[in-house]
Amino acid sequence: MAPSTDKKIEISNLYVDYGPLSALRNINLDVYRNEILGIIGPAKSGKSTLLQAINRTIEFIPGARVRGSIKIDGEEVRKIKDINGLRRKIGMVFPLPVGLPLSIYDNVAFAPRMAGIRNKSQLDEIVERCLKQAALWEEVKDRINNLGTKLSGGQQQRLTIARALSHEPEILCLDEFSIAVDPVTTMRIEEVLKELKSQMTIILVTNLVQQARRLANRTAFFMNGELLEIDKTDVIFSDSPAHRVTYEYVTGIFG
Amino acid sequence: MESITFTETPFVRKKKRTEALAKLIFFLMALSMIIPLVMIIAYLVVQAWPILSIDFLLENPANRMRAGGVWAPLLGTIYLVVISLLVSAPIGVLAAVYLNEYATDNWFTRIINLAVVNLAGVPSIVHALFGLGAFVLFAGIGRSILAASLTLAIMTLPVIIASTKEALASVPMPFRTACWNVGATRWQTIRTIVLPNSISGILTGIILQVSRAAGETAPIMFTGAVFFKALKDDGLFAYNLLDQCMALSMHLFTISTQVPDVPHALPYGTAVVLMAIVLLTNGLSIAFRVYLRSRKRW
Repeated sequence: MAPSTDKKIEISNLYVDYGPLSALRNINLDVYRNEILGIIGPAKSGKSTLLQAINRTIEFIPGARVRGSIKIDGEEVRKIKDINGLRRKIGMVFPLPVGLPLSIYDNVAFAPRMAGIRNKSQLDEIVERCLKQAALWEEVKDRINNLGTKLSGGQQQRLTIARALSHEPEILCLDEFSIAVDPVTTMRIEEVLKELKSQMTIILVTNLVQQARRLANRTAFFMNGELLEIDKTDVIFSDSPAHRVTYEYVTGIFG
Repeated sequence: MESITFTETPFVRKKKRTEALAKLIFFLMALSMIIPLVMIIAYLVVQAWPILSIDFLLENPANRMRAGGVWAPLLGTIYLVVISLLVSAPIGVLAAVYLNEYATDNWFTRIINLAVVNLAGVPSIVHALFGLGAFVLFAGIGRSILAASLTLAIMTLPVIIASTKEALASVPMPFRTACWNVGATRWQTIRTIVLPNSISGILTGIILQVSRAAGETAPIMFTGAVFFKALKDDGLFAYNLLDQCMALSMHLFTISTQVPDVPHALPYGTAVVLMAIVLLTNGLSIAFRVYLRSRKRW
């Protein structure tokens, strides 16, 4: 499916401060339905903060203050009453894998159960589908009741991805998912992401610029809390993006 | 640069000597913890030996406290401990869950936390006076098991809150964020992840308060413990909530200081029973901790 220009997320005039520190300044950004939006940029550029602002987990950080507007499907995120419903709509994967201290099965069945699904066969079906999507099923299908926390780092990250998919999110945010995953598995997950694109909108924050190049329809370059430029991935990775510093960053001259 | 050789230089020998000395000092300090404990127990048991028997546990004090056993005080202590923990454990655990899982860092939370820390440091005699004023006189309960238990509950509450908070905080934060990220509410997160992984630590903290409640004399002396009380029968329900009661710690105090011509072994026997309760409950909490480590899930 070709990416549309139908807006899934609209961010306008977004500012985020942590106390006196400014993390994001005047971000204006749209994410289109069924695209993969790559977000690249050096450390401290506000990439992760943006994701936390979108699913409002930023509210758990003491001193964090958000101004401006984030709309999902035209609805202002900060005015949503059912915050848990909002978070179910968004799948989140963070750099370090978090296997919950539950069995592999329960890790994936966690979100559906919390949303009220009790039917065993329905849960079985969700667990198998999500583990397959996260390229983990073959490795764990015979020990599905073992503890998820005893898996290796790479396996736990895929378990985390499976859990993020288990509540059938419309938006999937991945923050440096491949840090703890070996290159072969990374490639397998990247293939999965290309397929998932037809079902959901994906935001991919990554330090591996080549990963953005391989996957993203459009790429945004963040620096020091500002969105420097956003364009088609081909343009960002061409010889002449709008900013010289973007060119330097993606080609590795930067620094 | 010189190549590394393995012959001992004076500097290496000096390092070795210092290392051995440091280790010895630390070891002796650790040992000094154990020696008094072993000596206390050994001394008590030796002195109490002639009197120790099952009958000593099950008989009531007789002949104006100069004969018989410790059944009435023992039962009284059990009543006081059980009732006080029935009050303080649920309140303490729920309060700690609120403070650790829900409360945001604001002036109100800080005041509560400050109160918890300070209450834990209040001397037991002050708790006793508070119990006397609040429960015995103001609430009109009168000197009774209930008033004494409530006083003990007030005394153990802050410690239970502190230990429960610590147990809850030992569950890593990323588990919680992972749950919130998939749309679980705070309560769902607490119920499914936080409590199951901290319950052993919580119970350990509560059990440790058993020995504290059992050992205190001052708080119950003013609020419900008496010199002597004749039990109405031999059963486990010989005391009423509004009765006054005997208690081991109080009993030990009175027969050691207030009653002339008590047989030598009698106070020691009472002390052994009290120590046994303390050591048994502590042993139980250690067993819990071992169990906790064996099934640590991450």
